[in-house]
Amino acid sequence: MVTLTIDGKQVTVPVGTSILEAAKTVSIKIPSLCFLKEINEIAACRVCMVEVEGAARLVPSCSTKVKEGMVVHTNTHRVREARDINLQLILAQHDGNCPTCLRNGNCTLQDLARDSNLIHNPFPKDYARKPWSYDNYLIRNEHKCVKCMRCIQICEKIQNMKIWDVVNTGSRTTVGVSLNRSFADTDCALCGQCVTHCPTGGITERDDTEKVYRMLDDPELITVVQVAPAVRAAWAENLGLDPKLATTARMVSALRQIGFDYVFDTNFAADLTIMEEGSEFLERFTHRNKYLWPMFTSCCPGWVRFLKSQYPDYTPNLSTAKSPQQMFGSVVKSYFADKMGLDPHKIRVISVMPCLAKKSECDQPNQNDACGDPDVDLVLTTREFARMLRRNHVDVTTLPESEFDSPLGSGTGAAVIFGATGGVMDAALRSAYYLVTGANPNPDSFTAVRGMDGWKEATFMIPGAGNIRVAVVSGLGNTRKLMEAIDKGEVEYDFVEVMACPGGCAGGGGQPIHEAVEMAEDRGNTLWRLDRESKLRFSHENPDITTLYREYLEKPMSHKAHHLLHTDHEGWIMPLNPRLK
Amino acid sequence: MSRLLIRTPSQTQAVVDNLYNNMEHRIAASPPGLCPVDMAVNFLTLCHAQSCGKCTPCRVGLGHLTKLLRMVLDGEATMDTLELIQRTAQAIVDSADCAIGTNAARLVLAGMEGFHDDYISHIQDHHCIGSLQNPVPCVALCPAGVDIPGYISLIQAGRYEDAVKLIRKDNPFPIACAYICEHPCEARCRRNMVDDPINIRGLKKFAVNQVKDVPNPPVAPATGKKIAVIGGGPGGLSAAYYLALMGHEVTVYEAHKKLGGMLRYGIPNYRFPREQLDRDIENILSIGVKVHTGVKVGRDISFEQLRAENDCLYIAIGAQTDKKTGMEGENSNGVISAVEMLGNIGDDAMPDFTGKRVVVIGGGNVAMDVTRSAIRLGAEKVSCVYRRRQSDMTALKEEVEGALAEGVELLTLQSPVRIESDADGNAVALWTQPQVIGEYGAGFRPRPKKADLPENRIEADLIVLAIGQGVETTGFEQSGITIHRGGTIEAHEDSKLPVGEGIFAGGDCVTGPATAIRAIAAGKVAAANIDEYLGFKHVISADVDVPIPQFNNKPPHGRINLQEREASERKKDFKCIECEMTCQEAKIESGRCLRCDYYGYGNFRGGRKEEW
Repeated sequence: MVTLTIDGKQVTVPVGTSILEAAKTVSIKIPSLCFLKEINEIAACRVCMVEVEGAARLVPSCSTKVKEGMVVHTNTHRVREARDINLQLILAQHDGNCPTCLRNGNCTLQDLARDSNLIHNPFPKDYARKPWSYDNYLIRNEHKCVKCMRCIQICEKIQNMKIWDVVNTGSRTTVGVSLNRSFADTDCALCGQCVTHCPTGGITERDDTEKVYRMLDDPELITVVQVAPAVRAAWAENLGLDPKLATTARMVSALRQIGFDYVFDTNFAADLTIMEEGSEFLERFTHRNKYLWPMFTSCCPGWVRFLKSQYPDYTPNLSTAKSPQQMFGSVVKSYFADKMGLDPHKIRVISVMPCLAKKSECDQPNQNDACGDPDVDLVLTTREFARMLRRNHVDVTTLPESEFDSPLGSGTGAAVIFGATGGVMDAALRSAYYLVTGANPNPDSFTAVRGMDGWKEATFMIPGAGNIRVAVVSGLGNTRKLMEAIDKGEVEYDFVEVMACPGGCAGGGGQPIHEAVEMAEDRGNTLWRLDRESKLRFSHENPDITTLYREYLEKPMSHKAHHLLHTDHEGWIMPLNPRLK
Repeated sequence: MSRLLIRTPSQTQAVVDNLYNNMEHRIAASPPGLCPVDMAVNFLTLCHAQSCGKCTPCRVGLGHLTKLLRMVLDGEATMDTLELIQRTAQAIVDSADCAIGTNAARLVLAGMEGFHDDYISHIQDHHCIGSLQNPVPCVALCPAGVDIPGYISLIQAGRYEDAVKLIRKDNPFPIACAYICEHPCEARCRRNMVDDPINIRGLKKFAVNQVKDVPNPPVAPATGKKIAVIGGGPGGLSAAYYLALMGHEVTVYEAHKKLGGMLRYGIPNYRFPREQLDRDIENILSIGVKVHTGVKVGRDISFEQLRAENDCLYIAIGAQTDKKTGMEGENSNGVISAVEMLGNIGDDAMPDFTGKRVVVIGGGNVAMDVTRSAIRLGAEKVSCVYRRRQSDMTALKEEVEGALAEGVELLTLQSPVRIESDADGNAVALWTQPQVIGEYGAGFRPRPKKADLPENRIEADLIVLAIGQGVETTGFEQSGITIHRGGTIEAHEDSKLPVGEGIFAGGDCVTGPATAIRAIAAGKVAAANIDEYLGFKHVISADVDVPIPQFNNKPPHGRINLQEREASERKKDFKCIECEMTCQEAKIESGRCLRCDYYGYGNFRGGRKEEW
């Protein structure tokens, strides 16, 4: 332990602690911008400068480790001068047209400027603009970038993708696409972690809300919205709503208030996915020699993009089951349209997803099995959903609760956990157990796959089927480690769940942004709680699923189910990792 | 009003002079990898500020050139802009009244030719081609990529053994490099921006002499693969060291009686004592490298046989043959080559030059080695004949100064014409043609040309030719290995030969005569690629934690230079000339390091490569 003095307060912290962290323990908040613990400790912005007695110059508190007897001052004239000037310099190169920025009200730079009372700036505005195609799902705004380098670091260190890199030198140094590629040609998985870790509006999702309004405004069209499991754990985070009031039922009312004709739940499709993917797994497991191993889940489009670009030889290992989002669209434009007597070509399926990659998934050319139109027409992130609520002036605090529409609005506890790492595996094992033995296991039999470890593994015995060796990974850095181990033959599994974002969809790249706080675990816990509180905790017990099979699909893996609910992962092209070219 | 005034520099002028001095240092410390167009535009701005403002092309033109270059950088230029830049610069060169304008525009023209691709990339793709690949200047410039800030901080911490371990991760010749490395690492040291570069070599020398036997990393389990290394110089032995650490069975074939290559047979003892060289070599051999000395490939054993008996070959035969001048009388008695003379000394066959007048031809480091050795061998008079000026000599400045202090006669601007010999065929004099220095040629060096003066006769008992070395490729050429027109072996960047499977080459025999550290680096590269070629991926690392610096407060402080023994004393023997740092000096000097591995770009992009 090291004892030091910060602003007159004595602090005792472990060796190796930074001044910034040490100050936090005694309620002294040192403002910082580029710092992201363990990911970006490069002391680039020079906002967190402090004065240390005996040091000739100021030191950055984020990267300077404490020393015994150190005397630190965090709020002297000299410190404020340096911090303010540096902030003003950053602001001079930043398009500070905050009212028209996606990150207005949720921007670290805006907060810092406000907290520093920077009511004028002696430095004239001089920021660069760079062209960027809105065909991309991810938008980089050079004029908003503060060169904190967090995007480069998160992409390299956590996701191990290296899509971003430093380009140019000197005054023109900035962030760009690595290896001088155009963004559309990269192997980016579209996980969106660079977006959720950007302190400003430097990198954002493509805002598609206007397209939704056009659909809502068209009296000819029937709008059907689905909401992914993880959205309910996060939707109101940046709306100033008491977390106790941020219930799923209130979210349903909010969606209805926006004007969607039908408000449905992706949980329904998650249960359906379990029926198909679980059956597919058992088919593969009982005919081992016909298939490549392990079988991979296919519900995360970031992961599918990763696999196809980094380890294309393993594409056949992916479950052919579509993701819940896409299954939902297929069912709406076939079964639901039939049932309701609607023209499927007039239906627009809109998803609210915690995800950026889902935007690209619905655009895959072969995701059009129901009526020839895209199964899903448009994907909004959780953030865009929240923005629509603001735009519609929905007062979520006074909104009553209401239920999803029927029949595609039901979901079990096994479905809601799709949004947390390990959830898909847990849900699949619950139903696989039932499909083999004819009896339900205890729904909490498979806890070994839950939790925030980046790479979990377990073996479960299903009587009649045998030992099933499973692994669950989240985060693409962990995924690459797992794939290398599988490829080298160091590990062997039967069934592997992969989620591109750390912590799964709960930590998805489309979720609300909180400066320097990782929310995946909290949101995941909400989902696990919703599972525990559910009356039904097995996908095969969802009565609407049973009806769907009885009335329409016959049985899992039937010919019709195959046509509507499965896909050919080779049916679209993904740019390869440059090393494979 | 007085008719005349005594002019004294004003306070302003003194400060400005200091700024100029600082700027020179700053330019010297430019990190490798900066955008060349950006540098060009900024130099141009400086040039424009120097304009007196009288003439249009310089006063107005340089400003517009600057703006046009900025457009290129800002992505606002087209190919037409590029043409306008070219035309404008050419017009300024052609019409400016003095060097302020013409040379500024000439720099732009040179850049447009020299980094044309960067201009195009800025115009078409709106970004630079290159980037700062290695943010630590000293590491970036060390051919072997030695972790210099790492070992300097270990010296500062008094952890000398760890310092040696860390050096050995990238260079198994820490002692050799402590004595004779040309230290390219110091050239762009960021400390230049404050005062002067860190004395990196001096610190390394201090460290290696504080320790005795420093253990090597554990040798990997035997792979069963056999590798023959041809040539036991720094390059061959470096490859052998790393390959042996990786668990391969390595045998070195050396034509000379002893190992060390040019470290032994080219560099005299007074610069690098033999017992110090032996320390490095003994350590390399200690991990199980096998050696056959006195075996010349192509004479004592055929190349084909070696190839058949081994899984891989590494050719590191160096550049050990002497070049001839082709002048009349070159074959007279008493005319010898530097390679021959230094080679004999390397095998401890010391010639006696007592009372002789020795004339050395050449201006490089080898010429200095021969000159200073001749003085030590008792020569009555040693003259060094060189066809350009002293400042044009390729030898290190301190070598020339050392030789002058020991009494060499430097005869510059003298081009050797012929050697005069007596009836018995013994050389008696060197005839030279005086030269006058001329215009600059390629390589930014002025060329000498014949002066309107008569020939000179320099009496000599012994004439030593030190005008460069070549590669002995007999035996290899016949085996189908491609030899460049310049006489060097053709090999790819990864040291693989374009012909023949599993054959690698590197060092002087590929590049032509260069430095020890470049040969060592080539050996390291070859070891990595041979390992990979054989299907392995062994990792070389040093189990050493580098101390984290506390603060970056480094006020200007003089650089600590190494002292030399008194010239009148040292010239009598072959003992080491250079003194060492004291412990006090090493502490101070290592404390000057700015730790670019940690500060600046270092803590973001690759401040440290812990393994390879």
